[in-house]
Amino acid sequence: MSEPGTAAVPSREHGLALLSDMLRIRRLEERCAELYGQGKIRGFLHLYIGEEAVATGAMRALRPEDAIVATYREHGHALLRGVPAAALMAEMFGKATGCSRGRGGSMHLFDAGRRFYGGNAIVAGGLPLAVGLALADRLRDERRVTACFFGDGALAEGEFHESLNLAALWRLPVLFLCENNLYAMGTAIERHQAQLDLTLKARGYATAAESVDGMDVLAVEAAARRAAEYVRAGEGPFLLEAKTYRFRAHSAYDPELYRPKEEVERWKQRDPIPALEATLRAAGLLADEDVAGIEREAAREVEEAVAFAEASPWEPVEDLLRDVYATPEGRGGGAP
Amino acid sequence: MRTTYREAVRMALREALARDPRVFLMGEDVGRYGGTYAVSRGLLEEFGPERVRDTPLSESTFVGAGIGAAMAGMRPIVEVMTVNFSLLCLDQIVNNAALLRHMSGGQVAVPLVIRMATGAGRQVAAQHSHSLEGWYAHIPGIKVVAPATIEDARGMLAAALADPDPVLVFEHAALYGLEGELAEDAGPVDIARAAVRRPGRDVSLVAYGGTLGKALAAAEALAREGVEAEVLDLRVLRPLDVEAILASVRRTRRAVVVDEGWRTGSLSAEVSARIMEGAFYDLDAPVARVCSAEVPIPYPRHLEEAALPQPEAIAAAARRLVGHG
Ligand SMILES: Cc1ncc(C[n+]2csc(CCOP(=O)(O)OP(=O)(O)O)c2C)c(N)n1
Ligand SMILES: [Mg+2]
Repeated sequence: MSEPGTAAVPSREHGLALLSDMLRIRRLEERCAELYGQGKIRGFLHLYIGEEAVATGAMRALRPEDAIVATYREHGHALLRGVPAAALMAEMFGKATGCSRGRGGSMHLFDAGRRFYGGNAIVAGGLPLAVGLALADRLRDERRVTACFFGDGALAEGEFHESLNLAALWRLPVLFLCENNLYAMGTAIERHQAQLDLTLKARGYATAAESVDGMDVLAVEAAARRAAEYVRAGEGPFLLEAKTYRFRAHSAYDPELYRPKEEVERWKQRDPIPALEATLRAAGLLADEDVAGIEREAAREVEEAVAFAEASPWEPVEDLLRDVYATPEGRGGGAP
Repeated sequence: MRTTYREAVRMALREALARDPRVFLMGEDVGRYGGTYAVSRGLLEEFGPERVRDTPLSESTFVGAGIGAAMAGMRPIVEVMTVNFSLLCLDQIVNNAALLRHMSGGQVAVPLVIRMATGAGRQVAAQHSHSLEGWYAHIPGIKVVAPATIEDARGMLAAALADPDPVLVFEHAALYGLEGELAEDAGPVDIARAAVRRPGRDVSLVAYGGTLGKALAAAEALAREGVEAEVLDLRVLRPLDVEAILASVRRTRRAVVVDEGWRTGSLSAEVSARIMEGAFYDLDAPVARVCSAEVPIPYPRHLEEAALPQPEAIAAAARRLVGHG
């Protein structure tokens, strides 16, 4: 794990931007939880609340030309990637104006134009895709990074091991980002991993790795910058582990029988948002008006998104069969 | 007694664990979490972590380990959260479980039960909603059952465990909350025969799993119009109870096959072909099918509903066959 406090205090502008990013995710998701209760958002809803520092720090290390692959817990990643909150919210409502035309919902946010390649709900399903995106960059001499976010649960899937090995073997520019929130649904990491030191797993695949405090956005950003530079320089893949914690239930169906309330409360004391606020205030970089301003902006963004989603149309049922193939029936053409 | 499909499966699991020390349950979140669909809640406390085993997210390996333990004489019940995730262990099921007896010239048996949820209807989108049991029913060497009622949810597991070959049990995710009566002494049921769930003389509605309730609803609507539909619950998808299908069709001379799988290459295609092969001259009309639309299941409710077989579509197909359409 990188030393605490190695990340320098940021500039005022940068600190405010990080705070704003985390708060935008938090407020958006709090509203999503309400909307779920009202039946506006349905299916599964996996909240990132508590883990915002990871996506926020990591995204700072990425450039617009880089690609992103995420999981079903990806609202924050999509938002920070620049998917408009309105398109994101409309997707969660299942409206035709959603970023995936409403077809995917909360777990399948896509924005190919921003190189945001989903939204994958099969645990570890995105890792091989990231390897392939990076392979394409390699073959075309593009100096880009593919960032692949996944949970600790994915560490147990063969695809994690196969992807690390292949990416290392072919020296592909993949930044593997493990969001280790200590649980895969109800299974604590001690009960699903024999080796808890992820850097050792990476070493087994000749892959560089580092572990970072995922509740400290400045530390995550610093580590992600180091990792992304390494990958961008063509050194091969990098595994960055961010140790974090999910404050809410796994999804709306989860009665949380598997972890004590005190444990959740203890982690809430380490909430990354107040933590950054405290750092900035201590350095004299943050005033009450700043927070109020950020909150106002975040609230406005969320409410506009909800209004847009509400007002948006449903896709007509006649269009049910679209987007299964490139052409309506999927019939192949003649020989080219 | 009043109970639910979920509780009926739990009763069956509890009884199996209590009766036979060779039985153990393993899968993702079956223990501390209580099962994704709360089916196994309480079993860890009752039987302990050796026999109710939470596994890492390693479908291929824990299913493969279930096969190995079965080869060694245990009676594992392996839970795969949903059929969508079973694609990660397809290799173990198809290349090992289904083949070992034959490849070994009959020396190796795999008395394994694999339970998984299947089906759509909860707006959980394409990677969580598909019905792939028809694929498994393609494979010789495994048996495939689909309990559609509370009695079958309660009784099929014991028969599956008693079977010397691997049995896949498909529980439709929308059925877990189904409420109904279950006899106090309800016990094992066969996993060999289809069952007539409603007799009728005008048309046979052939369904299974999550579509049985829809077929019964369609039959109810048809009855109000004077059309007496017979509803046949396949129960066992492999090996199919072809005799029961043909007997029903011979009575009614018309058949609508209902399947939540996609029409192309589906179980409904197999049923339809068997009718054509065995009862062609008894038919008064071509066999009709009501299946899922050929599209990954979309998230929004109105599109998901439109993609799935619904009672109205089943009734409409039946009406066309009897000339009331
Ligand atoms: C292959 C596969 N197996 C099981 C599941 C069911 N499932 C969904 S999320 C989840 C837990 C994953 O945990 P982790 O990777 O740590 O991510 P987190 O939810 O903690 O962000 C499970 C078991 C799935 N979606 N895909
Ligand atoms: Mg996790």
